This record gives sequence, C-alpha cells and structure tokens, in this order.
Amino acid sequence: MEILNALINITDKGAGFLHSIPALLIAIPLGAAFLAPILFKLWKRLAEIITGLAVTACLVLAIYLVLFLGNTPIVYTFSGGNWEFIQNLLPLGIVFVVDKLAAFMLLVVSILVFFAYLFGLKYLERFTGLGKYYTLYLLMFTGMIGLVMTGDLFNMFVFMEIAAISSYALVAFGTEPEELEAGFKYMVMGEIASIMILLSIAFIYSSTSTLNLAHLSYAFTQMQTQMASTPGFRAGFYFVLILLMFSFSLKAALVPFHSWLPDAHPSAPAPISALLSGVFIKVLGVYAMVRILYNVYGFSWESSPEVFTALIVLGLASIIAGSLLALNQKDYKRLLAYSSISQVGYIILGFGIGNLFALIGALAHILAHALGKGLLFLTSGSVVYRTGERDLGKLGGGLGKYMPWTSLTYNLGALSVAGIPPFLGFFSKMFIILGAIDLARVWDSDPSKPGWTMIAVAIIAGLFAVVTLGYLLKITNQVFWGKSEEKRTLKESPFIMVFAMVSLVVLLLAGGVAFFFWLKPELLGPAADVLLKGTKYGELVLPGLFGAGG
Amino acid sequence: MSGMTPIVKVIARTVAGFIFVYGCYIILYGHLSPGGGFAGGAIVAAGLILSRLAFGTSAAQERSTSISSSIFESSGGILFLLVAVLGLVIFAQGAGFFFKNLFPEFGKGGTLVSAGSIPLSNIAIGIKVGAAMLSIFVVLASTKYIFKE
Repeated sequence: MEILNALINITDKGAGFLHSIPALLIAIPLGAAFLAPILFKLWKRLAEIITGLAVTACLVLAIYLVLFLGNTPIVYTFSGGNWEFIQNLLPLGIVFVVDKLAAFMLLVVSILVFFAYLFGLKYLERFTGLGKYYTLYLLMFTGMIGLVMTGDLFNMFVFMEIAAISSYALVAFGTEPEELEAGFKYMVMGEIASIMILLSIAFIYSSTSTLNLAHLSYAFTQMQTQMASTPGFRAGFYFVLILLMFSFSLKAALVPFHSWLPDAHPSAPAPISALLSGVFIKVLGVYAMVRILYNVYGFSWESSPEVFTALIVLGLASIIAGSLLALNQKDYKRLLAYSSISQVGYIILGFGIGNLFALIGALAHILAHALGKGLLFLTSGSVVYRTGERDLGKLGGGLGKYMPWTSLTYNLGALSVAGIPPFLGFFSKMFIILGAIDLARVWDSDPSKPGWTMIAVAIIAGLFAVVTLGYLLKITNQVFWGKSEEKRTLKESPFIMVFAMVSLVVLLLAGGVAFFFWLKPELLGPAADVLLKGTKYGELVLPGLFGAGG
Repeated sequence: MSGMTPIVKVIARTVAGFIFVYGCYIILYGHLSPGGGFAGGAIVAAGLILSRLAFGTSAAQERSTSISSSIFESSGGILFLLVAVLGLVIFAQGAGFFFKNLFPEFGKGGTLVSAGSIPLSNIAIGIKVGAAMLSIFVVLASTKYIFKE
C-alpha cells in the first residue's frame, strides 16, 4: 500500500512519472522474476498471477510511453552523487535513453510478451517446474526491455546476455534429448556472437575511452579526420565494424549465420517460440545493429555505401534462402522458423535501403512480423496441444473442421505474413518495395550508380512475397483443410488460447486499417526519423558536449 | 555418498567455519576495502560446498538444500531491487531516482557503518551469489545421481 501511494504521488507530477518509467520498466519484471519462484512454492497459481501483473503493468507503461512521449527523448541517468553539473557534458552515470524508436520497440515487445503469457496459461499445464519457467520468461523480458532502452554499449551487452541466457534455458525447457541438443547448439552459436561483441566493445573502449552511445557517436565523428590520415587506423575501424555486424547478424539469424535458428525455435514451448521468432531476434539482432550503425556510427548512403550494400546483400540472401528452404519442410514449427529467417531478411533489406519509405516499411515489418509470426507459432502450439503432433504428414489434414478458430486465425495470420492487402503485413512489404524504387529513382540521375539494381531488388522482394504465401499455404493445405481418413475426437483449444490468437489477428487487421491514419504518422514516422537523423541522437542525449564541440 | 576420509572430514570441519566468517567479512567490508558482495558470496558458498564435499549428502538432503538455496537466491535479488526501488519511491518529491542513496547523512566516512545504502546492496548480492553458487553445485551433484540409475 505504501508503495502504491508513493507511486500515485509520482503520478501527480505528470512529467516526473513519465521520467521514471524507464526505471519502472526494468524494476517491475525483474522484481516479479525474483518473486515468482518463492510464490510458486506457496501456491502454483501465485507465480502465474505475479507474472501476469508484471506483464500487464509493462504493457500499460509501454502504451503510456508511446502516447505521451514528446519529441525530446527521456534521458534517465543513474548518477549516485552531485554529478548533474557535468551531466550534459560528460556521461558519468549510466544512461537509459527512450526516444520514439525505443518506445515503438517497447510496445512491440510488450504486446507479444503479454499475449504469449495469456496463451501459456493453459498450454503450459503439462510442463513441470513452472516457477522456473516464469522466472526465465520475465528475465528474458527484462533483458529485451533493457536492451531497447539502454544508452550504453556495455549495458547493451549485459542485457543481451540476460535475455540470451534465459532463452537458452527456455529452448531446452522440455528436456527431451533433441530439445537439449538444440539448446546446446543455440548456446554455442549465441555465445560466439556474444564474445565477438565483447571483443569489439574492448576495441572500441581502448580507442575511444567511452562506452556511452551518445558520447561514442561524438568520438566517431572526431575520428573521421584521424581515419583519413592513418591507414592502419582505418583498417582497425572496419575490423571492429565487421565484428559487430557479424555478431548481430548471428543474433538475427541472417543467412550465412542462420543454422541455429531452425533447431532452436521449434524446440521451445509454443509461447517461447512465438517470442523468440516474433521479437527476440529482432531486438537482439536487428534493433541493436541498426541503432549502432545509424545512430552511433552515423552511416548513410553518401558516407559509406559499402555498409548498406552489405545489409542489402544479407537481406536478399536471407529472403531467398529462407523462403526456398521453408518450401521443403515437413515439420509445422520448422517451416515457420525458416519463414522467420526470410522475413527478417525483409527487415534488414529495408534498413539497408535506408530512405524514409524503406525505414517505415522495415519498422512496420518488425511490428507486422512480430504479431504475425507470433500468431502462427501460437497456432502451432494450439495444434500440438490437441494432437501432440508436429509432423505435417502425420497430422493428415481436416483439422479445420474440429478446430475452426485455430484454422481461421492461422489462415488470416498467414495472409498477413505473406502480405495480402487488408493486413499490416501488406503495408510493411509495400513500403520496403517503394523504398527500393525510390532509391532507384534517386540513383538514376547519377550515372555512376546503377539504378536498375534497386529495381531488381524490388522485383525479388515482391516475387518472394508470393513464395511466402506458397509455403504458408502448404500448412493450410496439409493440416487444416481437406479430409482426414480416420475419424477423430478433437476439440477446439481452451478459450484463453483462442482469445490470445484472435486478439493478435484483430491487432493485425487494426494495424492495417489504421496504418495511414495513426500508425504511420504517430508511431512509425517519428521512429524512422530517429534513425534518419543519425548522430543527432548524440546531440539530444548530451546537448552540452556537442554545443561545446561545435 | 558417504563422504571422504576422516582426515578430510576433520580438516573440513575446522576450516569451513573460518571460510564462512571470512566470506561474511568480505561482504560487510565491501564498501571499504577490495571485495564486496560478489566475491564474499562466492567465498561463503565455498565454505558451504566444502562441508558438502567432505561429508556427502543424501538425495533427500540435497533436495531440501536446493529448495532453501533457491529461496535465498530470490530473496537476495528482491532485496537488491528493493534498495534500488526505494530510492525511486521514498523521495517522491521530485528528488527520487533509481538507486538513490537511502541514507545520505549516515555514519562516518571510512568506518564500517557508512556509505549509505551500498552495504545493504552488498549484503543482498552476497546472499544471492552465495545461494546461487550453492544451488549450481547441488544441481551438478544431483544430476550425476540421476544419471547413475
């Protein structure tokens, strides 16, 4: 009660409450994560209740942030003493920075975590050790939230490890031999990426003496003159950049580095698969990479086309290879996992094209794919819950008659992921393709740049949207439609699971309908603007430093 | 598991208490000298693990140890978080933030009772790390027990 009253006191100040949201967003899931195992020993349901409260509170806070965050980012400094007098000039404390992009990512993460929690309430009943499950679930949530909000490179690494280590345990949560094997493989690959990130952080710290992202962007700007004169320095700069891009690509499962994902994501329980494919790879891989490339290094097509070319190549390779590999899969969840590789390729392609259209498209695809692929993995959980079977051949078809809601939500979700008009997935892919065409238009006026390549990119992106529909309809055809030979006694999944799936469909539809009215002007446009402004990020976080320097 | 030879048992019985007290010392002096919650917690856990290694425990005992150590671990985490959140909540008049010092005018610098809320955080980390190390040990020991069957 005391704490509640004090919280209300903070709320009364309005702006003060908005300012303390970053701390609360970390404190609530972290505290619930530690409470869950204790409460679980008292009564099993208490762990579920405390997790539900924490997840709902975070969703409410994220929505509040999205609605009321102004154009200046919240900079939350963990300063222990009277450090305010140089706070604007030099970063002494560790900072959290919540700008429009971070608020958008927070919303995406919280929505999917909330619905995956609802789905898990019934789905997880046959698992043992649920106290540990909820602890790991909340720790993974904390890690993702912290990674999105942090303004410090080493803190980013720490939160990434919190989320990653929880996910290794969650992938192996079923403790069947193949699940343990998938978890181990995932852990080895994930830790290789993490160690490479740590190595690059060491290089960055030794050459710039700072780890604050805003201060780093200042240091990298100063470094440009040094780079032009010293060739060795330039080589070192690109070595660190390649290390970072390699490790984030491994976390995001882009194509040359994707081999762990098709094993890891299907092995986890369905709500965790939904989270891993829906938001995890995007937060740990895509968001972290994009934040560093755009806001810290401040790259643009003018200054360093090689970085963006690399992103486009990685994205195209993921789209093509992911789709073609998915076509041939015989396992429900494995097919969806390959589809995730392909769809993350679209997101990276959008960030590689890098103009306003493509950035809006890429961010919209983060939202659309989080909801859509999360939904598809939840339907796989619903099918497994009733039949205990994941193999497309053994499922035998005709399930749609017994499980109408699962069938309906799967088909609508598949339409959205493939990009069929009324849904959000259509607008996201359309904007990525529009971005490619726009870049081709800009390049056409410059004879040194081949404009036709971007047209080719747009055509490939459009073509593989059709392939996406092809492999997703394969599940419709082999699982939900048709007639089964044997007579079955199957029922629809419990209400709460159906509710979670239907809500995600409604959100996808609402996102598509409200795309031009609300989503693009209020949410995606400002978030893309943060990325387009590049190193302006540093000026907003540390105004004193840039004022003195410029 | 019936434990090791009498020589090991006698020495372990003598040394384990000292190790435990030394660990507590490292935790409590963390704000004054090198050391702190993590190092001290590891030493405390070393003392507890030593007696388990020397004397051996049955599976039933290890189950109860794993339950109590997981409770201690969670409480340590909650205590640490509570210190941080109280800094945000108590000073509600615009001055509070996460990890704010709860006792700014507390104690005399350089003495044991000083440094505001840092000793509290150190104790919390000590509990958490000690219990976590112990439960890792228990898990490793009991997993081996299962595989033998």
